[in-house]
Amino acid sequence: MRFSGFRVIKEALTGHKGWQPLWRNPDPKPAYDYVIVGGGGHGLATAYYLANTFRKARIAVLEKGWLGSGNIGRNTTIIRSNYGLPGNQPFYEFSMKLWEGLEQEFNFNAMVSQRGILNLIHTDAQRDAYRRRGNAMLFSGADAELLDRDRVRDMCPWLNFDNARFPIKGGLMQRRAGTARHDGVAWGYARGADRAGVDLIQNCEVTGFRIEEGRIRGVETSRGYIAAAKVGVAVAGSTSRVMEKAGLRLPIESHVLQAFVSEGLKPLIPGVITFGAGHFYVSQSDKGGLVFGGDIDGYNSYAQRGNMPVIEDVIEGGMALMPMIGRARLLRVWGGIMDMSMDGSPIIDRTPVEGLYLNAGWCYGGFKATPASGYSFAHLLATDTPHETARHFRLDRFARGHVIDEKGMGAQPNLH
Amino acid sequence: MLIPHPLLGPRDAQEFTYLGDAALLARPDGMAEGALGAFIDYVYLRDNPAGVHRELWFHEQGDRSWLVVTRNTVTHEIIDAQLARDVALARKGAVA
Repeated sequence: MRFSGFRVIKEALTGHKGWQPLWRNPDPKPAYDYVIVGGGGHGLATAYYLANTFRKARIAVLEKGWLGSGNIGRNTTIIRSNYGLPGNQPFYEFSMKLWEGLEQEFNFNAMVSQRGILNLIHTDAQRDAYRRRGNAMLFSGADAELLDRDRVRDMCPWLNFDNARFPIKGGLMQRRAGTARHDGVAWGYARGADRAGVDLIQNCEVTGFRIEEGRIRGVETSRGYIAAAKVGVAVAGSTSRVMEKAGLRLPIESHVLQAFVSEGLKPLIPGVITFGAGHFYVSQSDKGGLVFGGDIDGYNSYAQRGNMPVIEDVIEGGMALMPMIGRARLLRVWGGIMDMSMDGSPIIDRTPVEGLYLNAGWCYGGFKATPASGYSFAHLLATDTPHETARHFRLDRFARGHVIDEKGMGAQPNLH
Repeated sequence: MLIPHPLLGPRDAQEFTYLGDAALLARPDGMAEGALGAFIDYVYLRDNPAGVHRELWFHEQGDRSWLVVTRNTVTHEIIDAQLARDVALARKGAVA
């Protein structure tokens, strides 16, 4: 079944009786060539590219809950490629390019909307830093534009430009950035993978790894043993817990990040606006809700919920930036568990166990990376060599001193 | 979250800043054999358990003491809090 405008019209005229499930619900087979642990955005994208781009077969995705039940369903849907460091920026720009062709590629409406992201500037030093970052973005083939105060005012006249502590003096704009429909991304990849023959196995928790002579043989699951030649783990949030079963201790702490959505309002916010100094960023969903967030709570957590002080801090940031939202009512608050790595950058690499591969450490930037993460991880699994844009995301970079520390915070995960 | 400070009683966690796993108290000996590997583990690797976790909190907006707080990372329940100084001295005594 292909989606198209004709199809929608036809179904509308025939009582919507022709729609079919987007994927099968198969039972696990005893053995696969490739087993992906984690049926979230990254795991599904990995299976999708492994089957469709790298033409591999006998692939399974094992998910302990339902597909897309982790952070792909709990994020604030922002896509962007506005990083500064050479280890990061080409990767995120690769991801941005994949986003731009994604819906055509997997024939599913992921509601990719390039409505732009604006990072606000409050000081001269910050302008210098953003000018430098903008140049780094341009070097990687991305787009970047430095806006002065008047141009920001044209775009968003309702921002508080004269805040005593953080007056707005301009912004760094990436017009190709934007938002996407988070669940749609997972569903599109899941459907595309399923159509290419990948078994998407839900309610199947990995409880252990069978490792013999330093080589992976398969995984123990709640639905029995599954043999596998290669196993890729993409379970951000629970990475430490899962990899502990393979005897690995990782440079990762799990932290909770909260997100918020207001009641639906009339169209107001043109794109994504980030107020880094005030720990607040916001966009507006197509339904009208303001989708916003701030910093992580700051302590280790697996709870998928945060605490009031950070909610208060985020709302204060929002009130400082755009006082008019004081009348809007908050509809929902939720939390997701982040793999906070020791330098704020992800890991896509082999592990000391032969045949066992790791995709982890996405901090709170995993959503925008979904296509490139899946592509690069599939590349690694299929060819045993890192994808060119992901070659710096190595597990041993900490030991070698080649950390990719975008914020310069050091080995302090709750500050990244 | 309320942290039961051993000297000041229950205090709002907002008064504290968080550092991380209390294993950071056990800093390796930089002069020992294999110190490089020990420091890589110490600086970068974490147990990151889901469940009971012993961790360092600094009472920045209070008496500026370091505490070792035992907390459940799945429920956020705080089980115990001790002065980090006492924990470190007890550990030193145990080692010596």
